[in-house]
Amino acid sequence: MRWLIKLKDVTKRYGKITALDSVSLEVREKEILTVLGPNGSGKTTMLKIMASIDEPTSGEVFFDGEKVNNGNRGNVRKRSTMVFQKTTLFNTTVYKNVAYGLKLRGYSKEETDEKVKEALELVKLVGYENRHAKKLSGGEQQRVSLARALVLNTKLLLLDEPTANLDPKNVSIIEETISRVNRDFNTTIVMATHNMFQAETLTSRVAVLLGGKMGEIGMPREILRGPSIDLASFARLENVFSGSSKILREGTSIIEVDDGIEVEAAVRQSGKVTVFVRPEDIIVTKSRLFSSARNVFRGKIVEVSDFESVVRLRVDVGKEFVVQITKRSFVEMKLNVGSTVFLAFKASSVHLV
Amino acid sequence: MFWELFQNPIFQITIRSLHISGTATLLSTFWSLPLGMFIGLKSFPGKQFVKGIFNTLLGVPTVALGLILYLLLSTSGPLGFLDLYLTPQAMIIGQALLVTPIVVSLATSAVESVDPKIQDLAKTLGASEVEASLAVLRESMGGIVLAIVASFNRAIAELGVALAVGRNIKGTTQVLTTVIAMEVERPNIEYSIQLVIILLAIVFTVTILTNLLQRRIT
Repeated sequence: MRWLIKLKDVTKRYGKITALDSVSLEVREKEILTVLGPNGSGKTTMLKIMASIDEPTSGEVFFDGEKVNNGNRGNVRKRSTMVFQKTTLFNTTVYKNVAYGLKLRGYSKEETDEKVKEALELVKLVGYENRHAKKLSGGEQQRVSLARALVLNTKLLLLDEPTANLDPKNVSIIEETISRVNRDFNTTIVMATHNMFQAETLTSRVAVLLGGKMGEIGMPREILRGPSIDLASFARLENVFSGSSKILREGTSIIEVDDGIEVEAAVRQSGKVTVFVRPEDIIVTKSRLFSSARNVFRGKIVEVSDFESVVRLRVDVGKEFVVQITKRSFVEMKLNVGSTVFLAFKASSVHLV
Repeated sequence: MFWELFQNPIFQITIRSLHISGTATLLSTFWSLPLGMFIGLKSFPGKQFVKGIFNTLLGVPTVALGLILYLLLSTSGPLGFLDLYLTPQAMIIGQALLVTPIVVSLATSAVESVDPKIQDLAKTLGASEVEASLAVLRESMGGIVLAIVASFNRAIAELGVALAVGRNIKGTTQVLTTVIAMEVERPNIEYSIQLVIILLAIVFTVTILTNLLQRRIT
């Protein structure tokens, strides 16, 4: 498959800090590639280099077959757009924000009007043209940023944690838009996130970036489901717990995770261990479940995130667990932030890292 | 009637004040704004030191600058050959220098207060380096306008420079502040009060118009 952008041994240093360390990556045409990594792993730096708004200290970048250099950087920059994690808006109306890039490219007023309208339709903000962009809600502001990038219809779209800190409604609008743009306009998308669920549902390939170094690259299923060594060290991986393990007579182990939380795992290992439980392997109930599940905890929902057909809950049981249930269950159980729930999972769902 | 108004000395003095201080402000903006933007946008060794100097110069006494300019421009001074002493041009140059630290300092902080990501944003949307700097300038327009207006108000209200290089010559270098100072000494209090009211009216009007303009910009 043809690649659109390629990084070859790209290193970026800011003074003594190495943000990217000899990173090589090929992004295929028309794919959505997720760059997964914790905060500070170099995701933003990598996207900025891909967007040609930053230069590598060493290494090479190729865009659409040509090597990016000082001579063509300005031109290459016009063929990609980046949406920043922290929403940045011009201090003016929604229309003028979205029209900015078109103006630079010399579009007529009529063409600009039409394109702005189309872009606002994509992010469901038609009618907001004359509103002051900075007076909108956080989610709406991020949608304006997205529209402002989409309106340019560039070959490459770079998204830096596009849904971080947004409410479920805005998250689902943005995710829907990302899928649609990729499907309908064949836009190649590179999205940085530390949200593993998003990586799995939205994207064709996942690349793991840790401490400025490129880790595994592959299909979401391979990376996220397999016993990935890279992901195990990924600080933001959900439901990862470390503690000291004791082997029980029954053949399982009990791991004291601290704060008095003990997790039973169907493994035989003693001493210091790290384990994880996948969010979809946890059952949520409103009352204590009498079942075969060896692990049952009582806790409160502290955060709800909506992902089209499923809902992700962050539940505080003394430690925070992330669990995933269908939207239907969520509605039928009348759950919300603050609801008390019980979490249950089998000892065999606890995996050693 | 217009002719009578035009002949009125108060009217003439007021127009001259507006002309001298307005031109001085524009002249100063011409060099101070790019300088302020440069200091605000770029990082270079000694940046804080340069900013410190301009901040210190904000408080320079007008009489001190007036004296320096007098020594330079008076007939026996090193720049005496320019024949600027006792001309409105000398007052314009003097006031332009006087307000330079105001425009530079306020423009620097206006530019620095703009989200540093704006430049990257403009670039990723296709802007060149120059276009990205213009985007920052637009974002800081509220502060820039304030810088220019504050400079104009300082220029029109100052006395030291105008007196030192203009000497309050009737018909050529008389401006509101110099006339007020002289008339108070005489004492011609009523006339002085009239001129003070005009001076205050100018400063207030400019400030109110600026506020309205800023509201439209932001």
